[in-house]
Amino acid sequence: MPSPTTEEELSGIIAGAEGPFRILGGGTRPIGRPVQGTPLSVAGLSGITLYEPGALTMVVRAGTPLDQIEAALWAENQRLPFEPMDHRPLLGTSGTPTIGGVIAGNISGPRRVQAGAARDYMLGVRFVDGAGRILKNGGRVMKNVTGYDLVKLMTGSWGTLGVMTEVSLKVLPRPGAAATLSLTGLDDATAVRAMAAALGSPFDVSGVAHDPAAGETLIRVEGFATSVAYRAGRLSELLAPFGAANVSDDVEGVRARWREIRDVQTMAGQPGDVWRLSVKPSDAPGIVARAGAEQVLYDWGGGLVWLRLAEGTDLRARLGAFGGHATLIRASAETRAAIAPFHPDPAPVAALSEGLRKRFDPKEVLNPRLML
Amino acid sequence: MKMPVPNARVLSDKARIVARLRAVLPEGAVIDDPSETRAYECDALSAYRCPPLCAVLPATTEEVAAVLKICNEAGVPVVPRGSGTSLAGGALPTADSVILGVARLNAVLETDYDNRFIRVQTGRTNLSVTGAVEADGFFYAPDPSSQLACAIAGNIAMNSGGAHCLKYGVTTNNLLGVRMVMMDGTVVDLGGAHMDAGGLDLLGLICGSEGQLGVVTEATLRILPKPEGARPVLVGFDSNEVAGQCVSDIIRAGVLPVAIEFMDRPCIEATEDFAKAGYPQCEALLIIEVEGSDAEIAEQLELIKGIAQAHNPVELREATSADEAARIWLGRKSAFGAMGQINDYMCLDGTIPVSELPYVLRRIGEMSKEYGLGVGNVFHAGDGNMHPLILYNANTPGDLEKCEAFGADILKLCVEVGGCLTGEHGVGIEKRDLMRVQYAPEDLEVQMAVKDVFDPGWLLNPAKVFPLDDSASRRVAAE
Repeated sequence: MPSPTTEEELSGIIAGAEGPFRILGGGTRPIGRPVQGTPLSVAGLSGITLYEPGALTMVVRAGTPLDQIEAALWAENQRLPFEPMDHRPLLGTSGTPTIGGVIAGNISGPRRVQAGAARDYMLGVRFVDGAGRILKNGGRVMKNVTGYDLVKLMTGSWGTLGVMTEVSLKVLPRPGAAATLSLTGLDDATAVRAMAAALGSPFDVSGVAHDPAAGETLIRVEGFATSVAYRAGRLSELLAPFGAANVSDDVEGVRARWREIRDVQTMAGQPGDVWRLSVKPSDAPGIVARAGAEQVLYDWGGGLVWLRLAEGTDLRARLGAFGGHATLIRASAETRAAIAPFHPDPAPVAALSEGLRKRFDPKEVLNPRLML
Repeated sequence: MKMPVPNARVLSDKARIVARLRAVLPEGAVIDDPSETRAYECDALSAYRCPPLCAVLPATTEEVAAVLKICNEAGVPVVPRGSGTSLAGGALPTADSVILGVARLNAVLETDYDNRFIRVQTGRTNLSVTGAVEADGFFYAPDPSSQLACAIAGNIAMNSGGAHCLKYGVTTNNLLGVRMVMMDGTVVDLGGAHMDAGGLDLLGLICGSEGQLGVVTEATLRILPKPEGARPVLVGFDSNEVAGQCVSDIIRAGVLPVAIEFMDRPCIEATEDFAKAGYPQCEALLIIEVEGSDAEIAEQLELIKGIAQAHNPVELREATSADEAARIWLGRKSAFGAMGQINDYMCLDGTIPVSELPYVLRRIGEMSKEYGLGVGNVFHAGDGNMHPLILYNANTPGDLEKCEAFGADILKLCVEVGGCLTGEHGVGIEKRDLMRVQYAPEDLEVQMAVKDVFDPGWLLNPAKVFPLDDSASRRVAAE
């Protein structure tokens, strides 16, 4: 498998392509329509290029293992605020997640409701397009409106527009304290209302999830210790109409619990396909009622819903029209070839995306059709 | 500033084009009398002026679509305009262009507190979006200085920021969805009330595209619950270096203020003469604001004051009342006005890595002497977005040109140290020809290829963002 260690080498490989490539970071996220192509790994493009804690910025090569980045940040009491999900448990994959994979998939976690998604922390990108051109966009500063924002376009493009070689990220301080409030026994609609109440409060909630099977509705606050205690107390008062909240402020325990939510641990190893719905939070319970899922997990206050369904179920056909989109995250290669894993765009939007793909990857060599 | 030669075919066809536009718009929505089109001859970069062919003021998405369809068929360039507050010339017309003003698109379409968004027509002003939700305890976070006047359409076009984006991000981080009309009249919806884009992040691409890809008529914006309170502290230092180091130390300590504003001596002095905010006379001062409950504010300010004390400040003033807080902000908020009292000025917008702050300020000081033009610095220090204000006299022949050259040198310096040409104002015409300093030809080529996809005829705001020579073949091909 080609595994270039420099941008120039990567550029040469792509420019000389005789057929399509399947772009790989750590190979832990086999998501999307299966790609027939030569595996091309960016793992050889690795290492932190620049880290300025005082400027909250990090520049890193795309193949750098995520744990190496997180360790460097940890040592400075900082973190990636968007809390990227580790797909290995859910997808049953092994290997080493890379930052390139995180950015290519715009992978975020529970903190997305408060802090934003991976795309919101992307400051700059270097990539090689399908013609082998070495390109850059954005930079390493926090505010930059110089030209079009291809940084956002590249984030979440799953390697279909270019192979990223380096990304610049904004990072944030890592608070020392955290607490989880849990409410029990709420039905889905009531839980979504409770989560909306928490998110609509000034108490800076950084995670809101609901696990119907466990009968638990979870709310997270993070920050300085006294502030966390204060906000947990005020939230308990605010949420009293939904029942008495149990408050846990053991930082390690809080971290472990939200890692389970982030990684959708409850569906790991369970049979069937896993879908990911992005919807208006208050629509979620109604949509879930129509989905007939075997298992459900609400994150982002209901804005993100994980559903486990019998293998081969076409969830979109079952749901009919709804606001938002449904992505098939875990299924066999056969199912992912038969049911479009990414939600089809309306015709005029699809035409724009197709037009962009033709410009960025004229020879159709970069993960062709992965997102279609 | 060079602009393309107007298309003679379009100029001679004015009567027919105006008649076609009148046929699809309500009475009074097409302005073609030269005495009235003059109102649209410039934006806030008022050194450059050119009346348009005509201006249209549609009030619905359908009317916008009808206008664009006509202009597309007739090959007429369209310059979208929000409130005309662009400092970069983003809304500057050409003589052969139709100004499409969104001022009449100003309705609030939907307010949803459970899902924390507001859907508005994009002619609505930034501040009036917050105005629509603040009684219920919410606000819209991006707060450009022009927020009283500037329209959401322009905010989206330029991906506007503001003083509080260190914590809340800029427009793109607070934009959930748009309804946009393409140049051929097609209406597309991108994003919505849900949080993530489905396919490619076209919403992210639209934001900051300076009205070159489509005309956004509706926007779904994220609204946030108002914090319980906010309080600033003012710290004065006897050198820029020390102030810069203090910013870095605060950030490293794990505090995330909502704003860290920086003013240097020339700016402090001008402001003090003008606004009498009672600022200390010193080389540099920081205004640092934190949010939360009283106890949370106190805790953060203790930490910040501790760090500041370690840098031997010449003054450290904490607001203990709303009145004192307002006084601390008074000078900063009147800084641009104060500088304007002294002279004409040009406001730059480069961004630099925070660590380069002392070096860049020193170099700007040296260049100021070389050019013989004064400069004051007031900027968002937390994110490195600088706003050097170069003072010149518009009545002195050659002064504007000298000022432009000085400005270009400062922006080149910003790029040289790892920053960029513009942090929140946009490229427009002002920085168009400097784009090559930041980007290689192929980097610009790929951006222009994006415009090819959205606007194949290069009719939307065509003479902006890219160096004229670079976009010439595309614009000429379109004629």
